[in-house]
Amino acid sequence: MTLTPNQLDPLDNPRMRQVIDSTISEYGDQNGALMVVLNHLQERIGFITKPMQAYVAEKLNVPVSKVHGVVSFYSFFTTEPRGKHLVKFCIGTACYVGGASQLIDKAKQVLGIEPGQTTSDGLITLEVCRCVGACSQAPVVVIDEVNHGRVKPSQFARILTEVQKSEVVA
Amino acid sequence: MKTVRSMVLISNDPKSKANASQEVIAAFKLAIKNLELTDEVAVSTIPEIGTVRNLPLVVIFPEATVYAPVKPEDVPHLVEEHLFKGREVPNLKVKDPDTLRKIAWLTQRKGTLPAENRIVLRNVGIVDPESIDDFFAYEGGQAFATALQMTPELVVEIIKASGLRGRGGAGFPAGIKWDSVRKTPGKKKYVICNADESEPGTFKDRVIMEGDPFSIIEAMLIAAYAIGSDEGYIYIRGEYQLALDRVQIAIQQAREYGGLGKNIFGSGFDFDIHIHAGAGAYICGEETALLESIEGGRGEPRVKPPYPTTSGLWGMPTLINNVETFANIPPIVLNGAQWFKSFGTPSSPGTKVYTILGNVNNTGLIEVPMGITLREVINIYGKGIKGGQFKFAQTGGSSGSIIPASLQDTPMDFDSYRKVGVALGSGALLICNDSNCIVDSVRVLARFFQEECCGKCVPCRVGTDQVWKILTNISEGRGTMEDIAHLEWLSKGLEDFSNCGLGQTAGAPIKNMLDHFRAELEAHIKLSVCPTGVCPMS
Repeated sequence: MTLTPNQLDPLDNPRMRQVIDSTISEYGDQNGALMVVLNHLQERIGFITKPMQAYVAEKLNVPVSKVHGVVSFYSFFTTEPRGKHLVKFCIGTACYVGGASQLIDKAKQVLGIEPGQTTSDGLITLEVCRCVGACSQAPVVVIDEVNHGRVKPSQFARILTEVQKSEVVA
Repeated sequence: MKTVRSMVLISNDPKSKANASQEVIAAFKLAIKNLELTDEVAVSTIPEIGTVRNLPLVVIFPEATVYAPVKPEDVPHLVEEHLFKGREVPNLKVKDPDTLRKIAWLTQRKGTLPAENRIVLRNVGIVDPESIDDFFAYEGGQAFATALQMTPELVVEIIKASGLRGRGGAGFPAGIKWDSVRKTPGKKKYVICNADESEPGTFKDRVIMEGDPFSIIEAMLIAAYAIGSDEGYIYIRGEYQLALDRVQIAIQQAREYGGLGKNIFGSGFDFDIHIHAGAGAYICGEETALLESIEGGRGEPRVKPPYPTTSGLWGMPTLINNVETFANIPPIVLNGAQWFKSFGTPSSPGTKVYTILGNVNNTGLIEVPMGITLREVINIYGKGIKGGQFKFAQTGGSSGSIIPASLQDTPMDFDSYRKVGVALGSGALLICNDSNCIVDSVRVLARFFQEECCGKCVPCRVGTDQVWKILTNISEGRGTMEDIAHLEWLSKGLEDFSNCGLGQTAGAPIKNMLDHFRAELEAHIKLSVCPTGVCPMS
């Protein structure tokens, strides 16, 4: 359930609003609720905008600064929508030694974007992440939650093209 | 439980191969199979043996008997005599003192077994991780049942007597922690399993949780009973989706069985476990940052003391142990402290799970006794260095040390490593050959700390950033000799003044580099040359 950038804030979308409200009422009254609520919002909405943060703060009766503090602290939370497909490069030590930087260079070359950016068609977001715990498979690229191990730069262009193609067919 | 009692190591370097070592290996495997010894005897190879005459050479543990040269036709007799009847074969034994001296690194572990005897990973790959019935079929739950027959004090005493030390990296004695939480008064106490395994290169906890989640629940039950707790948390890093799913299923099944919840198995003892998924912050593996995170805030470490044992989650006494530490608990309770102490070294008993990575021929996960050396890990389990010579190893993910080749014969346990100024860390062993540049490797580590620093305390926030910038300057050819003094000062400052373990260990790789690789560092500055050609130097 990911939005494209030009859509309304999730709070102004009745369907999204309902998801947000039900998430808050489902998890809002337990100890340490803030993290749990934010985790589920990130998962269900795909990102947590500033108005959403203010809304959560009000509902949970905590300062907005605390909510924003948590959102900006953890790398799982994003304030903007990601692309339809998420390509994450593991740059943990083993993957670094295994040649992760060559893969990132290849991706830049093929897609024309840097890690942290999304392609203009909203299809692919590139990110770097810390160790995913699959170090014996280094270097690892995680594409939509699926680990691809021992990726070589020469194969990588093909993998990216396949991600792009799968979208055209579907 | 499969128990390996003997291990056969066979040299398999090019010279041995020319003398039919492959046939010898095959003959050993066949003879062992024929005598039905497969579950008791492990066979492995040594890819690099050095300049030894009379190859192939065979070493049989725990006796550390050396036979050479061994021909394929000798093997059936050797296996029957030595491994089946327990008698050495004198006419095949090596007597040449020169050879024995050259392989002393291998035979020094006489009396122990370099083979993997699995304590922590006992059920991984054997028990169905999604079936509690299967878990019960493999002695699952018996340790908890045994603990319930004892007083909580006795359970704590057993853990204390076992000498088990925390496997998260610091090596703090687990029994003392348990005792402290048990003795601290509190109207509520918590048991927390730290499964926020974020050290780059470490994935042992993931494998344990994915392969044997019920044992973690059982260990937490034992801990809860021992310290008097009725509520626990497992803090799993969000990246580990499969582990999250498996632990969730395991908790659900345990609840359905009456193994979690109120009045567990009719004992009158209550305990339940919540799962808390991390959200991508390395620092949350630090125990007080983890507590802050469970409480719903930014994962910034608290100032210690007070320690979590007296004031932890929501101010209550809290026991926090690593996944691997917990995985050791059920076998200790079942088999006793003395049994546990028969593995490893006197000050660091038991086994350690390591991930071997980098420039070795065989990467992966191993469980070996505490106290084996890096040379053994590289040559026996890593099957030798891939391409070039061994240069250094990086332990512990990021919060470890750089181990130079000169320390590869130091026993790997908490105290032996501390004595020579390095740390064991949480179990990652990144092996680097001589094509790796020390400056570049330390710079990558520095970048990691700079990014993962939570920003709460100044020494770490500023120190990690400065270190990274200086190292980047050096790697790009803009270094000065003053930078070395700055690095020295910063690494000491980080260690002495940082609030938590992240900052305190962030300086360690720099110190190791200055201690052992100063010449290479100076070459970058004085000669503007990166000897390995890794750094851009432009």
